[in-house]
Amino acid sequence: MSQYMLRRILIAIPTLLAISFVIFAILALAPGDPMSQFATNPAVTPEVRENMKRALGLDQPWPVRYVKWLTAAGQGNLGFSFGAKIPVLTLIQQRLPQTLWVVGSAFLLAILFAIPIGVISAVKQYSIFDQVGTFFSFIGFSVPSFFTGLLLMLIFAVKLGWFPIVYSSTLKVTDFGTFGQQVRQMALPVTVLLIQQTAALTRFTRSAMLDNLPLDYVRTARSKGLADRIVIIRHILSNSLIPVVTLIALGIPGIFGGAIVTENLFRVNGVGALLITSINNSDTPVVMAITFIFAILTVLFNLIADIVYGVLDPRVRYS
Amino acid sequence: MSDAKRIIDVAPTAESSTAIRQLEPNLASKQPRTLWGDAWRRFLRHRLALIGSAMLIFFFAAVLIGPITYRVNPETLDFNALSSGPSLKHLFGTDDLGRDMLARSLYGGRISLAVGVVAMLIAISLGTVIGAVAGFFGGKIDQALMRVVDLFLALPVLPLLLLTVYLFRVPVVKAFGPIFGIFLIVVTMIGALAWMTTARIVRATFLSLKQKEFVEAATCLGINRSAIMFRHILPNALSPIIVAATLEVGNAIITESTLSFLGVGFAPDTPTWGRLVTDGINYLQTAPWLALIPGALIFLTVLSINFMGDGLRDALDPRSRL
Repeated sequence: MSQYMLRRILIAIPTLLAISFVIFAILALAPGDPMSQFATNPAVTPEVRENMKRALGLDQPWPVRYVKWLTAAGQGNLGFSFGAKIPVLTLIQQRLPQTLWVVGSAFLLAILFAIPIGVISAVKQYSIFDQVGTFFSFIGFSVPSFFTGLLLMLIFAVKLGWFPIVYSSTLKVTDFGTFGQQVRQMALPVTVLLIQQTAALTRFTRSAMLDNLPLDYVRTARSKGLADRIVIIRHILSNSLIPVVTLIALGIPGIFGGAIVTENLFRVNGVGALLITSINNSDTPVVMAITFIFAILTVLFNLIADIVYGVLDPRVRYS
Repeated sequence: MSDAKRIIDVAPTAESSTAIRQLEPNLASKQPRTLWGDAWRRFLRHRLALIGSAMLIFFFAAVLIGPITYRVNPETLDFNALSSGPSLKHLFGTDDLGRDMLARSLYGGRISLAVGVVAMLIAISLGTVIGAVAGFFGGKIDQALMRVVDLFLALPVLPLLLLTVYLFRVPVVKAFGPIFGIFLIVVTMIGALAWMTTARIVRATFLSLKQKEFVEAATCLGINRSAIMFRHILPNALSPIIVAATLEVGNAIITESTLSFLGVGFAPDTPTWGRLVTDGINYLQTAPWLALIPGALIFLTVLSINFMGDGLRDALDPRSRL
């Protein structure tokens, strides 16, 4: 087992290296001058721009720059933001908690909703519950997240005024009242992600359950007189969750993608919003760092899924 | 020698086929059931898939024929009807400059649907070729290609799309024009980041079939490799490829509209559905239809594509149940 884990981790490292290389290459090979924002500034003469380029190391060939970036990143130095004039890492540390809160709570709630719905849909296949559930899950993954966001905003924030339209980033949770405010302003962005995730997870759970229902071990469990509940929860569900775990992990990049959209719509000051502003401001170090962090998170969750899969399913061979 | 053996040995003569016809009168007169015929019958039983297909045909017909029959210029300004709600004169209302939203939606639908279809074609062709090569040749090539698949699956798709479209926008637009240039980058990038599922499906089919007798027979007949790969083995993977292709059209449409929404897709005032939603957000309180109608069009299109994809999966691949 530990060997299997080690092997998985060892595979993850070159994957991350390759991803960082790809992102860096795209940024480096893209046409356009990172110094172009100074081109219109009359106070910056061409000679000064050349000097700035040299000072930033931008005159070197990009593979050299990549190696330098990588060594620095390995030591926890992700560079300096052009726009905010503070280290990228500090900037991201300020922004990451909001993103993780929104994404994390949406994800946990999605699991809480999706698994029971999926189980009931499968056990009572073709019932009204199943058909309504299927219909809604189709709606859930067909609707673009910005459209759900707009609808929710229009109905619950603009028309009904139950929730604030814009996320207040200055709010600090100190007591019960501010906690309530925090929950209210997180409600809509979380719901958008929740709808999308629940839809997909319900389908996965349902189909995995349907695959297991007709199997022999289920008949054995029933014929030895176990209660229906126990057969379904202890026997079928625990076996069905194995493939679901992998599918959840593969969906992680999608959730972070969705977070970019919701953060921009509701003005949550998370990493996703930072990415869009940085792209628009050509703040290359920040863009590079955020894209890379999304990649790390993706690879990390895939790794966790692989390991969990190994724990759950003894048939996975570790060799 | 038994009778059964003799029937096999003797080539079917006119006499023997009459004999069969006499034995099974219904069998001979009926049309033979084919694989695709069976799939078609299964598809017709899937009610939601039929509704989805009908809606999809309607949308495609509307954006293809619509701008020809509905002769309102999407760029004409009507100062008597600024931001007017849906009415008989302007079925979908007008925007802040008095431009007819129905005309803009029809015109924009062409771009959005074209993005979906072309991105799907790119993703499916890439996936098919890579999967076929990996599965057919196996060994080192397979391992290397599968590592590439894993790498692509771990790429952060949306940030990367945002990045590439943003960075390469200026020169490509200069070379190909504002609409076609953006169209090119968007479909290429969406396609280049979405081929992995197809590659896996095709590879699995190739791995399981490449040592079957019919492939051996084809090899013995001296048929060249690419013909064996694409004419003999590939058709067996067609069903899951068709399903993946259908669903990919929906994904690509959503991705394109998301890019436009984040301000990195088509230029402002290019009426793609995603762009129309984005432009309408500023008027959400005063003229909500500006964002809601194009948004609903995206949603309904993708919904019908997904229903159709589900029906196709049930019809073509009865064993899988996702």
